[in-house]
Amino acid sequence: MSNLLERYAKIVGDIVIDHLRQLARPLQGMKVVHVNSTREGGGVAEILSWLVPLKQELGLDVKWELIIGEQGFYQCTKQFHNGLQGKPLVIPQELLVTYERTNAENADRMRRTLKEADFVFIHDPQPAPLMHFCPDRKGKWVWRCHIDLSRPYRTVWKYLRKFVVGYDASIWSLADFAQPMPHPLYLIAPSIDPLSPKNIELPTTEVNGVFARYGLNPDLPLILQVSRFDHFKDPLGVIEAYRLIKAFTPVQLVLAGGGAADDPEGDQVLHEVRMAAKNDPDIHILLLPSDAHREINALQRAATVCVQKSIREGFGLTVTEAMWKGKPVIGGDTGGIRLQVVNHHTGFLVNTPEGAALRIRYLLKNRQILENMGRKAREYVLTNFLVTRHLREYLILMVAMMHESADRIEM
Amino acid sequence: MDTSFVVKDCALISIATGEEAQNLRELSDRVKMVPTGCIYYHFWGGMLRSSFDEPEYQNDFAAWAWRCLHDNRLAERLAIIDPSAYQDLEALRSELADVIDERLAESEHVPWVRSGQRFKFIRSQIVVFDTGIRITHPSEMAEQIARMSLGSIFYHFIDARRRTGQGKNDFVEWFTSFDEADCIKLTRRINRIDPYFTTLAALRRELEAVFTS
Repeated sequence: MSNLLERYAKIVGDIVIDHLRQLARPLQGMKVVHVNSTREGGGVAEILSWLVPLKQELGLDVKWELIIGEQGFYQCTKQFHNGLQGKPLVIPQELLVTYERTNAENADRMRRTLKEADFVFIHDPQPAPLMHFCPDRKGKWVWRCHIDLSRPYRTVWKYLRKFVVGYDASIWSLADFAQPMPHPLYLIAPSIDPLSPKNIELPTTEVNGVFARYGLNPDLPLILQVSRFDHFKDPLGVIEAYRLIKAFTPVQLVLAGGGAADDPEGDQVLHEVRMAAKNDPDIHILLLPSDAHREINALQRAATVCVQKSIREGFGLTVTEAMWKGKPVIGGDTGGIRLQVVNHHTGFLVNTPEGAALRIRYLLKNRQILENMGRKAREYVLTNFLVTRHLREYLILMVAMMHESADRIEM
Repeated sequence: MDTSFVVKDCALISIATGEEAQNLRELSDRVKMVPTGCIYYHFWGGMLRSSFDEPEYQNDFAAWAWRCLHDNRLAERLAIIDPSAYQDLEALRSELADVIDERLAESEHVPWVRSGQRFKFIRSQIVVFDTGIRITHPSEMAEQIARMSLGSIFYHFIDARRRTGQGKNDFVEWFTSFDEADCIKLTRRINRIDPYFTTLAALRRELEAVFTS
């Protein structure tokens, strides 16, 4: 067994790794390409940073390509992101022209790789039109949507749909997100990497070190939300919940986040969050660089309760990360958070700042329940949301696509 | 003829069908027309896919009735349906539709859910592969079963009911090739295991206990 797979086997067990090797056997040597828009920042880049080397270790010939564009391209795709999550907006024609031109240029640059691939996985809307500009492709093309598309702004979805409708299949994080399409709509929930700096076990000294580094009070319960500064993550609602809790019990709040390379709106939201915090000494807004993985890991381990009070969410990998560290999560009742936060078992689903405040107060008052929930949360992630399950489903999908749409494939 | 037990493994991937229900009438209509693969998935698929080990209800229809429709009476009636008790998926579908229609007849209005809570019909593709492991005699099974993946347990104990003529599991089918008194005892004990109201890990432990004894 290879070194990387051996390390995973220590966490998930040999049986799980043997299972992956069996599934990968018919895919040996196949050329696989993943295309997304950034190598750092955001959940997609994180997923690809483990998925690609693991597939390589299992004998697949995998490449990770990036679509590269100018500022107008990222402005356009950010608006797609907002529109697909339901925000009504009008995207200027010149940005759409930039979007399509950027894809045409990138298709030219990657043409040979894309043309020769047996499987091409296109992640999110940024590179979606690449297939349109690769008419002489030979492999299977799969569009992987990481976004909550349950209630898209129809004009934006109508525009993008024409680029993805011709794919051989698409992958969605939840059935709620899947939009009707004339190809198979595979459902694969994302996952976290237990060996990444963001999730690996840390020495106690390193965990406790965050209190001194960020001026936190080690004697106060620590409420933490880790996320980009984005309206859909509702950081203002978290501050409101904190104030409701603080009226009853002393507590401190950390909002830790960083910008992603493809998110131009983060600065504006960060400004609004700072205004809402009003220099409260127990609210700590930490703007961390995109590679501060160990810092985020340490903060999550140091937290008493983790929050992800999103109002729209694709999947919410920060929820999975917190649960892996044995923390119950107070999550917004939306998207993939519903799949992870099993109400009253691994945390609580909430709809308002008042709901979040109520549940956090309950857990702070009942520490034994808090600990039990945290233990269940970790076990739930171990079984369902680690990279090995995610990788297994990618392998099944590829094997299944080689056999068209049969319900049962005997290898 | 080689009578070895061929240990196979399987893995499942979920596929959205695009069919959905926002109220009980729509659920009734869709249940009667979706492919049987959906019925299979929503009763049995939970064992192989990502799911919580302590679910309130064992099948997705009951869970939806409880969590989204807030109809506890319907949830309880749906939850007690044991899919292993039906000869085939059409018979199971018929029972499911009957329970839903009975509840509709009792109701003065059609219960409905918010748009974000629609029941989404899902089917699956199952990939089956040979592990290369062969077991030549039931006496070897105790040692091997503990090492089997949950996918193997699902394939040989659950999925077999769809494949074998009389809805048996693969272990019992295999014992028929041995004319031994111990095999008859084993068959009786295995047939007593409830395959539904449990998890695959618990099933593996139960099978291991049977073979060890």
